[in-house]
Amino acid sequence: MNRLRARRALFWGSLLLALLLMLVPLPVTLLPLKPYWPALVLLYWTLEAPEHVSIGLAFGVGLGADLLDGALLGEQALRLIVLVFLALRFRSRLRFFPMWQQALAVLALLLNDRVLLLAMRLFAGDPWPPAAYWLAPFAGALLWPFVFLLLDDLRARLRVRDG
Amino acid sequence: MALSRDGSTSLFSDSPAGTLRLLTYIALAAVLMVLDHRNGWLRQARYASALVIEPVYRLAGLPSAGVEAARTAFADRSRLIEDNRHLREALLMANARLNRMAAVDQQNQRLKQLLDVQRALGMNAQLARVIDIDLDPFRHRIVLNAGRRQGVRPGQAVIDARGIVGQVVEALPDTSVVLLITDPSHAIPVTVARTGLRAIADGSAAGDRLELPNVPISADLRVGDQLLSSGLGGRFPAGFPVGTVTAVRPDRSGMYTRAWARPAADLGRVNEVLLLHDLADPVGPPAPAPAAGPPDRLKPAATAPAAPRNAGAAP
Repeated sequence: MNRLRARRALFWGSLLLALLLMLVPLPVTLLPLKPYWPALVLLYWTLEAPEHVSIGLAFGVGLGADLLDGALLGEQALRLIVLVFLALRFRSRLRFFPMWQQALAVLALLLNDRVLLLAMRLFAGDPWPPAAYWLAPFAGALLWPFVFLLLDDLRARLRVRDG
Repeated sequence: MALSRDGSTSLFSDSPAGTLRLLTYIALAAVLMVLDHRNGWLRQARYASALVIEPVYRLAGLPSAGVEAARTAFADRSRLIEDNRHLREALLMANARLNRMAAVDQQNQRLKQLLDVQRALGMNAQLARVIDIDLDPFRHRIVLNAGRRQGVRPGQAVIDARGIVGQVVEALPDTSVVLLITDPSHAIPVTVARTGLRAIADGSAAGDRLELPNVPISADLRVGDQLLSSGLGGRFPAGFPVGTVTAVRPDRSGMYTRAWARPAADLGRVNEVLLLHDLADPVGPPAPAPAAGPPDRLKPAATAPAAPRNAGAAP
């Protein structure tokens, strides 16, 4: 019971922290490198605990992010749905990749996410973004091993302490 | 979704149910986006959930506020003294200039009275602090720590010590969101200080400069020209610095000149801003003339439209 509660706290805590990290500012030069935190955390949980993750959850997290971001209601929801759907579909294969291949797969998913965002923005009438727009997925892929190991470690600690 | 009943996943699962669910959610998100684009639901939803959003903003702003506080706390004494001396000098200069301006202002008032012009623009400003969070690196917005309860209304102009920063686009109860003049969706009417040429300065996707897309090719516009707000449109007060022209080039068609400008306000590191309360004098077309016709007392008594209604109300 205790263990279940701790794991649930970790799950929701990491998602909330990802939303918060999305808002935390960076120095101006690093700004285009800011990874898409909710996507990384959702990806981790999709790979490691798919029984808790569904498209509905992605939709909810996306709506929360939209509410905080204030750009367009449903924008991030759509991006996260697609991301989680793809990750769930290829989960079995992604899980057994070595870390560097997994990071490459994450890069592909995040680039796809950027293309989707670009399509939505252009459709809404925004101008073509600068080249720095494409840097964030690379930063995300580079950070992926650390996010993965950190969350894995936290999860393992919870398991050990209760077991 | 990709899980089968016993909890194991197959390597090449392709369940039609999962795809169907994806399509349903995508359709839902698309409908939400379109409705929000048309009706501005997000604004209402955000206002309603401000109780949650605002603490999150404050929380996300904490790290940079902490860094700033630590910088002040551990800055060495000599630098603080230097800063202090610098600020003192700046204050003295500003006061001296203000005193001279006061005399000029009085003179101006007298002349205006002589000319019988009633356009007093009293400046009434409110100081607000920027909450340092980053909503989206490719949209240029900042969040202020004053909102509807502090009297902030959407549409107010925001300035700093050097020039125009932007305008309030959304006022939550205790915070507000400001669209910067460099945002690609923003445009501000300007006039060139040297020649009086009027133009529109758009934001740009790169976000660190302004663009003047359609200046006539014959117009006298040079690198280094100061751009002031022109006050047309009534959103921004006239006469505030907007930027400095950095490049002038003919555009691709050769019919117009395209110019770029660096914003006067320090948009990258803006920390405290002033919210202007007095909106500018409405400059625009005059109020519509009253419909021509005979004076009211000469009009035939308007009983005709009232009669049927009474008749309709009777059982």
